[in-house]
Amino acid sequence: MSDLARPPREAYRDALLELMAADASVYCIDTDTGLFNDIDFGASRERYVNLGIAEQNLMGVAAGLAASGKRPFVHTLATFAATRALEQVKVDIAYNALPVRIVCTHAGFSAGHLGPTHHALEDIATLRVLPNMTVVVPADATQAAAAAHQANALPGPVYVRLGRGAVPALTEGGPLRIGTPDVIRTGKDATILACGPHPIQAALAACDMLRADGIQAAVVNVHTVKPLDRAALLSIVAGRPVVTVEEHWTAGGFGGAIAELVSEAAPNFVWRIGVDDVFASGAGDPRWLLQRHGITAQAIAKAVRTLSREVPKCRS
Amino acid sequence: MNNPSLDRDALAARARTIREHIVALCISPEGGHLGGALSLADILTVLYFSVLRVDPNDPAHPDRDIFILSKGHGVLALYATLAERGFFPVDELATFGQPGSRLMAHPVRAVPGIEMPTGSLGHGLSLALGFALASRDRDEARRRRVFCVLGDGELQEGSVWEAAMAAPSLRLDNLVAIVDRNGLQITGPTEQTVRLEPLVERWRSFGWMVHDVDGHDIDRLKDVLSSSQPPNTPGTPTVLVAKTVKGKGIAAVEGTLKSHFARLRKRVPVQ
Repeated sequence: MSDLARPPREAYRDALLELMAADASVYCIDTDTGLFNDIDFGASRERYVNLGIAEQNLMGVAAGLAASGKRPFVHTLATFAATRALEQVKVDIAYNALPVRIVCTHAGFSAGHLGPTHHALEDIATLRVLPNMTVVVPADATQAAAAAHQANALPGPVYVRLGRGAVPALTEGGPLRIGTPDVIRTGKDATILACGPHPIQAALAACDMLRADGIQAAVVNVHTVKPLDRAALLSIVAGRPVVTVEEHWTAGGFGGAIAELVSEAAPNFVWRIGVDDVFASGAGDPRWLLQRHGITAQAIAKAVRTLSREVPKCRS
Repeated sequence: MNNPSLDRDALAARARTIREHIVALCISPEGGHLGGALSLADILTVLYFSVLRVDPNDPAHPDRDIFILSKGHGVLALYATLAERGFFPVDELATFGQPGSRLMAHPVRAVPGIEMPTGSLGHGLSLALGFALASRDRDEARRRRVFCVLGDGELQEGSVWEAAMAAPSLRLDNLVAIVDRNGLQITGPTEQTVRLEPLVERWRSFGWMVHDVDGHDIDRLKDVLSSSQPPNTPGTPTVLVAKTVKGKGIAAVEGTLKSHFARLRKRVPVQ
């Protein structure tokens, strides 16, 4: 693995400061996350507003701002946006298709030993079902900054899913372009669709392991879970088994979205790797939790091997 | 863009017309939230015919004042008021609840004059805060006032108090909340369900300028809603705890639980 880069949330924050300096309609609305402690907003300081620990109010205030022509970026932990304030996100923001950018940290297992109250393993599922919502999962710090800039150019609401700590810089593939999946590696035997920093790193490691066995697996960074680029993805997976990888419950999340798409249009086998239908049972850092719940290169490689062995038999 | 500044008698006559529309709307096959609309009629009449700067011909005018009906189920009163004010034809009221009509039992933005969809309780005050906050960078002349009507039962939603706590900290003195204090919710009196009193003291303790008013006293409403224009108390948001009667104007249902939702068979006289 490559060196740990800066946490994506810090790169994102720098991008937001640039946006605020360039555009007087951009607001930074905080809920005591600590992400903006000691940050000098300079001439934009009137547009930094800390609403305290009140996520429902956060979403409503953001909707009112956006309906007034402002472009608020709102901040909380992923699980609080995805569950606690979900009705405000649905009714106040998504229903009105307002340009609110919901940028959340501590997604997946990144809150580590803070435990299941702070893990977000449901956020992709709850937010992707909302009409008008765009859901973006940057793969590293550079992509997080790019997501901020591109989200600000979109007309409707955007959810940007970030973790808590540092993640490896993604040294392969192209720049993030919201809406367009990035084929990092090509391969004829199977396609690994990965979403998020750790899943992509694990997919690349699995790809290396499989090559040693003579199996060529493609690896795709599907950073935009909604809207899915149907045509591009169906073309990418055509005729090959699919393995999806996410730091999220397997029910209803990224793998669920891919299974929905593939089952409608290109009936391939889809093997979903993610967190099973359980809460984390003990303390652990993110790396340990990912290992414990099977979001690993080994598990991905095993899935690809099994599919490339079994699928031809099933088809015959 | 301004308001018609009707005098007291004209306002009272308009409120009566609005009540007659509300009753007519409840004759629809689906029925409607009668009592909580009737309790609002005087408040909305004063707002739309004497206080709010809005333009029915340009509902999205960038300098308009903002009105949010947080108790979205009171929308029959708002439809009647918007139609009377000229936002859409009075004739359209007859489409209420019909398949495909934009006039549903809770307000949506497709209706001219409606800023935000409401109906899930506890959302409106936060929305109003957002509108008021967005006005903070405007110069005095273009500063919007933002009005939000809440139900009293609605105050049991915790999110209301998140917003109530934040507004004084944000120094939103262009924000006016109005509590339609009709005292009843579906189960019974609010005070026998989950107590709201001492309501005036509660709002005051949250840092609001509180006016304890009769929500059917047109002169008093007009006076308070006009005079609370900033800078009355710089930085302080205003709330009216407006004592009202659920079902006000129809003797048979005034102050009763059964007024909450009604399917009327025929027109009943409005007092």
